[in-house]
Amino acid sequence: MNKVYTRIFAGRVGTLNLAVVAVLLFALLPATLDIFRLNLVGKYLTFGFVSLGLVWLWGKGGVLSLGQGVFFGLGGYCMAMFLKLEASDPITTKIQSTPGIPDFMDWNQMTALPAFWIPFKSLPFSLIAVVVLPTLVAFILGVAMFKRRVGGVYFGVITQAIALILSLGIDGNQGYTGGRNGITDLKFLHGWDIRTQHAQYVLYFITCSLLLLMILASQWLLSGKMGKMLLAMRDREDRVRFSGYDVSAFKIFTFCLAAALSGIGGALFVLQVGFISPSLVGIVPSIEMVIFAAVGGKTSLYGAIYGTLIVNSGKSLFSESFPQLWLFLMGGLFIAVVVLFPNGIAGICDTIRKKISNRKKTAPSSVAGKDKRESVMLGELSAPALKGEK
Amino acid sequence: MIPHKNKSKKVPYFRRRKFLGALLAVASLAALSSGAADYPTDKVNTTGLAVTDDTVTVGQLHSATGTMAISETGSIQAEQLAIEQINAMGGVLGRKIKIIVEDGASDWPTFAEKAKKLLVKDKVASVFGCWTSASRKAVLPVFEKENGMLYYPTFYEGLEQSKNVIYTGQEATQQILAGLDWIAKEKGAKTFYLIGSDYIWPRTSAKIARKHIENVLKGTVVGEEFYALGHTQFGSLINKIKLKKPDVIYAIVVGGSNVSFYKQLKAAGITSDKSVLLTISVTEDEVLGIGGENLAGFYSAMKYFQSLDNPNNKAFVPAFKAKYGANSVIGDVTQAGYLGPWLWKAAVEKAGSFDVDKIAAASPGIELDKAPEGYVKVHENHHLWSKTRIGQWQLDGQAKVLYESGLIEPNPFPKGYQ
Repeated sequence: MNKVYTRIFAGRVGTLNLAVVAVLLFALLPATLDIFRLNLVGKYLTFGFVSLGLVWLWGKGGVLSLGQGVFFGLGGYCMAMFLKLEASDPITTKIQSTPGIPDFMDWNQMTALPAFWIPFKSLPFSLIAVVVLPTLVAFILGVAMFKRRVGGVYFGVITQAIALILSLGIDGNQGYTGGRNGITDLKFLHGWDIRTQHAQYVLYFITCSLLLLMILASQWLLSGKMGKMLLAMRDREDRVRFSGYDVSAFKIFTFCLAAALSGIGGALFVLQVGFISPSLVGIVPSIEMVIFAAVGGKTSLYGAIYGTLIVNSGKSLFSESFPQLWLFLMGGLFIAVVVLFPNGIAGICDTIRKKISNRKKTAPSSVAGKDKRESVMLGELSAPALKGEK
Repeated sequence: MIPHKNKSKKVPYFRRRKFLGALLAVASLAALSSGAADYPTDKVNTTGLAVTDDTVTVGQLHSATGTMAISETGSIQAEQLAIEQINAMGGVLGRKIKIIVEDGASDWPTFAEKAKKLLVKDKVASVFGCWTSASRKAVLPVFEKENGMLYYPTFYEGLEQSKNVIYTGQEATQQILAGLDWIAKEKGAKTFYLIGSDYIWPRTSAKIARKHIENVLKGTVVGEEFYALGHTQFGSLINKIKLKKPDVIYAIVVGGSNVSFYKQLKAAGITSDKSVLLTISVTEDEVLGIGGENLAGFYSAMKYFQSLDNPNNKAFVPAFKAKYGANSVIGDVTQAGYLGPWLWKAAVEKAGSFDVDKIAAASPGIELDKAPEGYVKVHENHHLWSKTRIGQWQLDGQAKVLYESGLIEPNPFPKGYQ
């Protein structure tokens, strides 16, 4: 039990964090927001999955991907293909030249469903594909790059290029993908109308629960050897390698994990918003996703949620109130965060927490000690590594 | 005429009038008779829209920022001008129009979010907005689900018809067929080279053009090429054009690509004295960027040109310039955007109600005599009857109108062209 407490819930601070987020997502927001705003929050939270993936990859693994939109998009498209096929039954599409295929295929003179669409008639296949396809793509890319020790800026540039390639590829093959318009007009999930208020409530709570579940799973993974390895790699990669560990395997793992998380986010996005298009795949959304993680604090799992929520709500509220000026306000927000709080919101919270615990010097075993845990861990690991070097 | 119970503002007004004698009372009632009092709010608004005793709120949803802002600004301005003019005339059913402006930011998910906000939160009576097909496709399910009304200004590919949308621009056949007929007849054209940007509108337009060229005009398409949006290198294309020597270059290139396309054509010596070019994607707005000198002598097929010579347009152009500056230009879509609020006003007045269902039902058959493009009528399929006009571009960036077709019936699902 104690092990569960420290590993999954990450001790007292972790449990406190979890409690705050859970109250916010499950009680406070549903109680105070109407369904329109709540649905928006649900949409923002789907990006939270990508941010969480970026915390793993960038914050913990030290590798910055500028192409997470690729995996978000892959997950989203897998889900959307299933929904589109369900929405394109021969009766509702009888006005088309070829009834029974998605409308955009008909507009592009296709007369039969392309082979790669056929498996997406099955919901289980589509749900598995939502996770497996992004993971597989990340695995191939990861092996190709990390085994060759491509990292840092080069990795960022390559992932960005892949985001561009995928969005152009979707754009250019509109008969197969819906092109620039994307896959739109999605209505039912196995007969369940996803556009109703009730469905939006249910999807919101599914999104929140899955997100928190992923955070707990991440904490469990990070509290073990995995976490120590990643921390060591991020700070001194060559030492870890010289100690005999396969650094690339860990990087590939984090990259795949981040991709899988993004894919889940993409699928949930499609369910809540009702469409997907290449504008969620390309360079701009991919970089926006990095900003979410940066604002939240790139090393903080919970920060990912707050960052995503704050940036996206800012985007919605600023643009509603100041349609002409809102981009400047958003730009100002980013600059302010990066300049004033380089560790994001999580960094601000840590500072405040430290100040409070410094004031309460009488209880030295409290929060401040836990905050130092990371550096202690690093110390543990680098000590033997140092010895090895000698 | 008994003022309605809920009219808190009007009741004391009438009480005071009682003391001022019968004559004054009659006079004041007569003055109100054409106003809101004839249309009590609970009668004209049975679905909870943002309609009060003296205002009605509508939404405007275009891209004020992002790559599409440059194109959509004209529509934003024209719609606001129309609403201002309607308000100056006393509004709709005696109610002044208030606008809630939302920015779609050239981003389709944002369009969907804002459309939902306008319909669900703000309960707007109608929305004027969208420009690209992608943005319209993104908001369409929202409008159908929440039962809103969208006035969409852009000429587009057709293949769509919705109870919840009034398409004030041309669908593809209205823009393409008459223009091709004209160029085939005037220039004796037999061979065509089709060039477009790579997305649904140019692709569908090229498909319709090809069918018409091959089946009706008995001509041939000697080349058909599509380039990604934003493409700027047309060197190899220009070589192919020089090789094939088509009678007509048919261009459906959009946005920023236009500037490089026409400049490179000119640099390569493909100019109007030697070649014929017909486009359906260049309006006065694009010419502003391309430069009249790079385009002079080429043709555009549109339903509206700023230079149109009719009394409606003679009033519209100065009003637009007075509000937005003497250097502003008015393109086809800008004019179509201007029609939106007027068509909505006419539909509301015909229906005697702001309810979306009633407006949708009342819209077919509505006529506008005051449209800058001339006479306009709404078809049962929620598109407009419109003319095709051929304009030849001049050095000053204005078009000389050479040809005008009769009114063409909108046909978003053209048989034989699919």
